Amino acid sequence: MHSVPYLSLITFLPILGMIIVLALPKSQSKAIKYVTLLVTGIQVVIAALIMANYNYSLGGVFEESSFQFVEKFKWIYIDGFSWLGKIKIDYFVGIDGISAPLLLLTAIVTFIATISSWKIDKQLKGYFALFLLLDTGMMGVFVALDFFLFYIFWELMLLPMYFLIGIWGGPRREYAAIKFFLYTLLGSIFILLVMIGLYFSTQETLADGTRVFTFNMLSMMNVDNSVASGILSPLNPNNLRFIAYIALFAGFAIKIPMFPFHTWLPDAHVEAPTPISVILAGVLLKMGTYGILRISFPIFPEITEQLAWYIALFGMINIIYGALCAMAQRDFKKMIAYSSVSHMGYVLLGMASLNTMGISGAVLQMFNHGTITAMLFLIVGVLYDRTHTRDMDAFGGVAVKMPVYTGVVTVAFFAAIGLPSLSGFISEAFVFLGAFAVDLIRVLTIISTAGILLGAAYMLWALQRVYLGKLNEKWADLKDLDGREYAMFIPLILIIIFIGVYPSPMLNLMNSSVNTMVKFIADAQTIYNSFAGF
Amino acid sequence: MTESALINIAVAILFLPLLGFAVTLLLGKKVKKIYLFEVFILFLGLAGAIAIAYTKLTSLSDAELVSEFTWINLGNTPLLGEIKINLGIMIDNIAALMMVVVMLISFLVHLFSIEYMRGDPRYNRYFAYLGLFTFSMSGIVLTHNILMMYIFWELVGVSSYLLIGFWFEKKSAADAGKKAFIVNRIGDVGMFLGILMLFTTYHTFTFDEIFAQISQGVLPFNSGFWMSVTGILIFCGAIGKSAQFPLHVWLPDAMEGPTPVSALIHAATMVAAGVYLVVRVFGIMTADALVFIATIGALSALIPATIALTQNDIKKVLAYSTISQLGYMIMSLGVGAFQFAFFHLITHAFFKAGLFLGSGSVIHAMHHEQDIRQMGGLRKKMPITYYTFLLFSLAISGIPLTSGFLSKDGILAGSFAFGTLTGNQFFAIVGFFVALLTAFYMFRMVIITFHGEPRNKEKYEHAHESKAVMTVPLIILAVLSIFIWYTPNPFNPDQGWILSKGINTHEQYIPEETRYDFLVPGEAAVVEGEETGSVMYSESYEEAMHSVHVPTMILSLLMAGLGILLAFVFYQWKKVNVDRLAEKYKPLYNFSLNKWYFDELYDKTAVSGTIGLSRFLGKFDSKVIDGIVNGSASVTKGFSTFIGKFDNIVVDGFVNFAAYLSGFVGLIFRRFQTGKVQTYLVFVLLSVVILLFIFNSF
Repeated sequence: MHSVPYLSLITFLPILGMIIVLALPKSQSKAIKYVTLLVTGIQVVIAALIMANYNYSLGGVFEESSFQFVEKFKWIYIDGFSWLGKIKIDYFVGIDGISAPLLLLTAIVTFIATISSWKIDKQLKGYFALFLLLDTGMMGVFVALDFFLFYIFWELMLLPMYFLIGIWGGPRREYAAIKFFLYTLLGSIFILLVMIGLYFSTQETLADGTRVFTFNMLSMMNVDNSVASGILSPLNPNNLRFIAYIALFAGFAIKIPMFPFHTWLPDAHVEAPTPISVILAGVLLKMGTYGILRISFPIFPEITEQLAWYIALFGMINIIYGALCAMAQRDFKKMIAYSSVSHMGYVLLGMASLNTMGISGAVLQMFNHGTITAMLFLIVGVLYDRTHTRDMDAFGGVAVKMPVYTGVVTVAFFAAIGLPSLSGFISEAFVFLGAFAVDLIRVLTIISTAGILLGAAYMLWALQRVYLGKLNEKWADLKDLDGREYAMFIPLILIIIFIGVYPSPMLNLMNSSVNTMVKFIADAQTIYNSFAGF
Repeated sequence: MTESALINIAVAILFLPLLGFAVTLLLGKKVKKIYLFEVFILFLGLAGAIAIAYTKLTSLSDAELVSEFTWINLGNTPLLGEIKINLGIMIDNIAALMMVVVMLISFLVHLFSIEYMRGDPRYNRYFAYLGLFTFSMSGIVLTHNILMMYIFWELVGVSSYLLIGFWFEKKSAADAGKKAFIVNRIGDVGMFLGILMLFTTYHTFTFDEIFAQISQGVLPFNSGFWMSVTGILIFCGAIGKSAQFPLHVWLPDAMEGPTPVSALIHAATMVAAGVYLVVRVFGIMTADALVFIATIGALSALIPATIALTQNDIKKVLAYSTISQLGYMIMSLGVGAFQFAFFHLITHAFFKAGLFLGSGSVIHAMHHEQDIRQMGGLRKKMPITYYTFLLFSLAISGIPLTSGFLSKDGILAGSFAFGTLTGNQFFAIVGFFVALLTAFYMFRMVIITFHGEPRNKEKYEHAHESKAVMTVPLIILAVLSIFIWYTPNPFNPDQGWILSKGINTHEQYIPEETRYDFLVPGEAAVVEGEETGSVMYSESYEEAMHSVHVPTMILSLLMAGLGILLAFVFYQWKKVNVDRLAEKYKPLYNFSLNKWYFDELYDKTAVSGTIGLSRFLGKFDSKVIDGIVNGSASVTKGFSTFIGKFDNIVVDGFVNFAAYLSGFVGLIFRRFQTGKVQTYLVFVLLSVVILLFIFNSF
């Protein structure tokens, strides 16, 4: 298809960067930073090239031929054990309209996070090496189409993240890091088990006519490939598929994070350094919902439909519960962390609609939340850098001293509130329009609209406590934004306004795939209903 | 001028203030005089609006000019069908008139602010915000679809938030801005739900397309009931934005903003957007929805009027009177007197903007004193302000020869006619009673502020008439508060251009059985209506309106006259000791003075309820949910220690499996403190391979 292996480039470029960083002497701190900046900058360029060459009409989702920038070759082929059969794992990457926006998001957020890392001064070399390793993991998750490969990248992210929080974090960093690690790991176990189960339920035919088990996700979506005796085969009349779905869902739900699996998030955020919070909220949370869309939905379409109401229910709980918890916080960063819980609820609600508007809204919400929440964490970081506190009640009147910064804050906060003309509104509106159209989840949708109100309440309350009112004399010599901080905020503001005013490019990017997904799930009902056991 | 030229001008004057906002905001620090750019833009906007309105009303009177583009096109989707979202603008007579009102008042407020805001450290930013507001408000006026209405609806909310909290160093101002936005959002959630209903049913946001489908009998969930619900939900937006009961509490607080802002946003234009919204979607309002609307309007007319009687802050009195007058308009819509609601919107915009600017002139002269008890005798010091203020007060009281008389009388006649047709005279009674209260509290204020002896000598000595840049807007607004601009006959506006040519598009699209009987036109009316595009009522309604015309006029004059007379008796001639009266009816007096305790009620219930719930959930989250997480971690840790020991004595056969389990659980928890988890990753990969073997051996 394409001669340039864009996806491998964008995925493994950071590894190259990591090697260079590791090779550089410790004293070359400038060089280390610039290498990282260059690598993440090139990633943005590659992402832009990918978007420029992207074919909007191709659907992807379950059909290999309509994925784009596909690279597929044999990776691990073991042919030695007669009793086991062949093990076949491909290096198989490609993108469609579901992953493309997230790939773009990852490139942008990582680049911004690099700029935000400029002030890191402790063990620079290790920090940037791990940062780049994390980068590879994130990119890999969004491009992998082989379940095994996906899992490798998924796990690959954990390790650097653990250290980045555990070494460069705040006072309770070790607790937060281990909690993050274990919690996510627990999720991984579920994913791992289901992955193995699916592996032994799916076979594909090789060129020589032999049948082999496969980790190919797309093969797992096709009933024709399933082995009737396979433990998770739709042809196998047990209810293990149901249990597997819930296990897989739980694995992903921890990452979102979905209530009640969300408590690692506030701790991780509070302790993580600003750039890592930005990445965590901007990109990592999306992997949960992405995993559900990429894997759970098309591999288990019949159960997805059965459980749609519950997905919407948890979406609703996230929206309202997250918002109320956010309202209760005094710690600025914790407040933003809980707002993420609330905003990710919209993604769940939108997905549960199983129609085009809802899922488009969900995917767009992932992108928008990524950019908006990145801004919010940067905002907290700017203030924390200057004052070394995050207690919202310790501030007041910051707007007097930092008018430009407060302007940025106002844009970000109103974007988070879902103000029309800023990006958050489009995705929230689409989620609601999609979900309201479904009889089954309409009541849940109506209750969820309370989130619109609660969001405004806690955000404006925070805005007022920190920025408005009389200046707290303690902060009389605060300085407004510097050039580097402008460089972090301006691109994000432009993106937020652009998508808010003109969302069509983003929506068109995902439209074919979302339609394919919706049709696939709707059609699957008739196919799966014909099997025994249903 | 051609239609497309009008559209182009409309688009230009829509976006020019946005340009003004951006330029003034970005260059505000560097270029001291950049605010003049914003003022100039508003001048252009006003010129454009007048050109549009003149052309529209004279040569294109019956046309509806529409220009739209496809904003989002998802094409043919699997479950929802064709999804295409168009945005666009529509100019009908109502929109054209409204644009003139918005641009004119905005321009005058810009002028007035040049002097009023002089010396403010954020002078240019103030003008930038005014530009943002004007842009957002124009968007509401010109939209041809409900989505864009909602978009600009929220944007005016933000400009209002920014301007109320303009002096954000004052906690009360910051609080008021926040309160305004959040209270408005309550209404907006309702409106948003209404929009969801409309889109789910009609798959479009465009008004005309929705109307067309309703005309063909397509209703939400195929029922008139849900049509009513949809109408009421949309109306919730108006309850918020137009500060109607029970969401009226934000408007008095919004007086924390600079006074010219109060004139523009919180009196003349933005708060009228709710009325404008209902005017736009009047065609989908069923009889049930309209009764609901009328009731809200009546309560909103009545309650604030009783509060205004005792307030001592000049702006608070005006704020409550604004709610009350908006209540009139809403009630008027509810009783089907559609034209007069919009007519009153226009006349009220002028005289209420005048009242606020007049109060601004007074406050400016009195060095930011707003308490009328500190004033008195200002008539001599500030003649222009006084006489214009007096004229505005006569207009709002509904005294003949003023514009207010014409529109208010229409509303009262409409309510009266509604009563004679339906037997429900509640709205008429409220209407007349509020007319009495209005005249009383307005003249109470006029007398205390401008008549008698100065109460605060020192402030009085310093007071002086405002500069021309402030008085000229007052004079212009005063001139516009005289009947002659609207109709040649000061007692009957029916022949005037504004009712016969201006406000003429009005039709109901819902099925006839869901309408008021009198909103079902007879054959003759339909024919006539189609020719002229004018009002479509039944003949019985026309008759009822005709028969109540004279009684209404007499009664409303009596009420207004009585109100003014009482004000003079109480405050000018002091025949009655008001303080003793207040003492005698202390509970009543306090009830009014404390605004019926609405704020306290909401604070005690909704606000503290939400905050209490959030605190509880915050604790619940950290203690219970996270407690379970930490608890299960400790349990696992204990268990793993046990397993770890057990593991040492287990035989070889299950080594791999047990190693995995204990390795996974034990290893991590044993190393909880040391953090050496990198080895685990190797374990994970190893386990995958091991698991492959195990699974396959089953």
